[in-house]
Amino acid sequence: MRAKASGAAQRREGASTSRARFLDRYRSWRDHHSLSAADSLRRVLDNLGSSLLTWLVIGIAMALPTALSVALDNAREVSGSWDSPAQISLFLLKSTGAEAAQALQAELQERGDVAEAVLVDKVAALEEFAELSGFTDVVASLDENPLPHLLLVSPATGVEPSVLQAELLALQPVEQAVVDMAWVQRLNNLMDLSRRLVLGLAGVLVLGVVLILGNTIRLAIENRRDEIIIVKLVGGSNAFVRRPFLYTGLWYGVGGGFIAALLVLAALFFLEQPVSNLASLYQSNFQLSGIGLIGSLQLVLLGGALGLIGAWLAVSRHLGAIEPR
Amino acid sequence: MISFERVTKRYEEGHDALREVSVDIARDELVFLTGHSGAGKSTLLRLIMLMDRPTRGKVIVDGQDLAKVSSRGIPRHRRNIGVVFQNHKLLFDRTVFDNVALPLIIAGYDHREVARRTRAALDKVGLLSRERALPITLSGGEQQRVGIARAVVARPRILLADEPTGNLDPALSAEIMQLFEAFNQVGVTVLIASHDLALISRMQHRILTLRDGRLLGAAS
Repeated sequence: MRAKASGAAQRREGASTSRARFLDRYRSWRDHHSLSAADSLRRVLDNLGSSLLTWLVIGIAMALPTALSVALDNAREVSGSWDSPAQISLFLLKSTGAEAAQALQAELQERGDVAEAVLVDKVAALEEFAELSGFTDVVASLDENPLPHLLLVSPATGVEPSVLQAELLALQPVEQAVVDMAWVQRLNNLMDLSRRLVLGLAGVLVLGVVLILGNTIRLAIENRRDEIIIVKLVGGSNAFVRRPFLYTGLWYGVGGGFIAALLVLAALFFLEQPVSNLASLYQSNFQLSGIGLIGSLQLVLLGGALGLIGAWLAVSRHLGAIEPR
Repeated sequence: MISFERVTKRYEEGHDALREVSVDIARDELVFLTGHSGAGKSTLLRLIMLMDRPTRGKVIVDGQDLAKVSSRGIPRHRRNIGVVFQNHKLLFDRTVFDNVALPLIIAGYDHREVARRTRAALDKVGLLSRERALPITLSGGEQQRVGIARAVVARPRILLADEPTGNLDPALSAEIMQLFEAFNQVGVTVLIASHDLALISRMQHRILTLRDGRLLGAAS
């Protein structure tokens, strides 16, 4: 009887101390996070062979769109650095004389929004045409020169060619102002198209990465089914069971992002010399620009985020189904 | 502490595992649950642990009507119950210490407290010297004692055991039963399912007998 009474007192004491205080709870929650993180990392490193394969798959899938996007950025830089991408051809009225045309050229040359104005004299142009085409006789038989004077105007940098075109068209002796924009537009459209293709590809590959990670985590869950059941039997919450798998996903993703950054870096290093050789042939000192430290960090972070998402998908799909039976 | 009110559990295939079972188990009591295999012993324990829900009737544990415990509340409910399984259910890739510490880590204790309580529980079952060992290197009796240490480490109010001496020889079985009695002495409600009638009838405790899901007259 006495034993039972003291036993009950002891139990009450045990009950009150067994309610861990809030701060302790927070500490232990934090401890379990670092414990799960370390334990997951250890498991990932213990199976280095298969982990490396997972990292490579994710790394390649992330490196591909990244490398293409870097290539596009470089291409844009090259095309942007070309001088006078657009040229405006001003056809003067037939009645305009040579002096008037020269005066107009001088006037245009003075303008701030014009980089250069070149006069193609109509007499010189006809002679050149006759010479190049071989129609000397035909040209000679003409009563009058059918060509107008032509001014080739290059807009100053930063000037919108179409705006300048409208202004020049308003000038007195100008009959027609034609912007030779077609190839610039084609190039820009091509760049936009490529950008979209890269974006689409990136979207598909990101989805692939999430699915690969989800599947890897699913296998990890399957491998540790007994453990999950035991943890649930002794009162582990879903969050507790979920935690190590989320960290596993994070490590796979972070590793994959790291590999992706390395691959892009390696590709740039591999291409740097030939590109600068090519550039020097065009008298350009163009340099390939890479993704930089920030870009690499972003890749790693993105990898981590994708890993978490993939793990979350797998865990929410498969963990609930594992209940003690 | 544990009370069943006309509890029936029918499994989907139409088999009645428990029929109209009513029983009250007081605090500080140690009760044996016996009956041939398939009589419903495990089902009764599963209902207490919320691994299953009754088809009809009411189960009340520690003042709590289990029908009112949502699935989110199940982990918290299980933390108040220590369970010893027949097949031990240990984590074989973790040390003895880590196995026993698991409920404390889940409950969220500070790591010094975890170490202190885990060692105390291991000491109680006489396995303190094996804390670094892996369960696979232990004998059946030792593994069962690890399971018991894990069940009591968080000082639950209720201790359930499903055939805890199932695979052990008589001397070891008696030893294990003495352990359960010791926990009962300090105020833990203990419910042990066992078909080892020879052993349990020697001990002076209430015995509940199930036959085909019905509870026969309780004897003490």
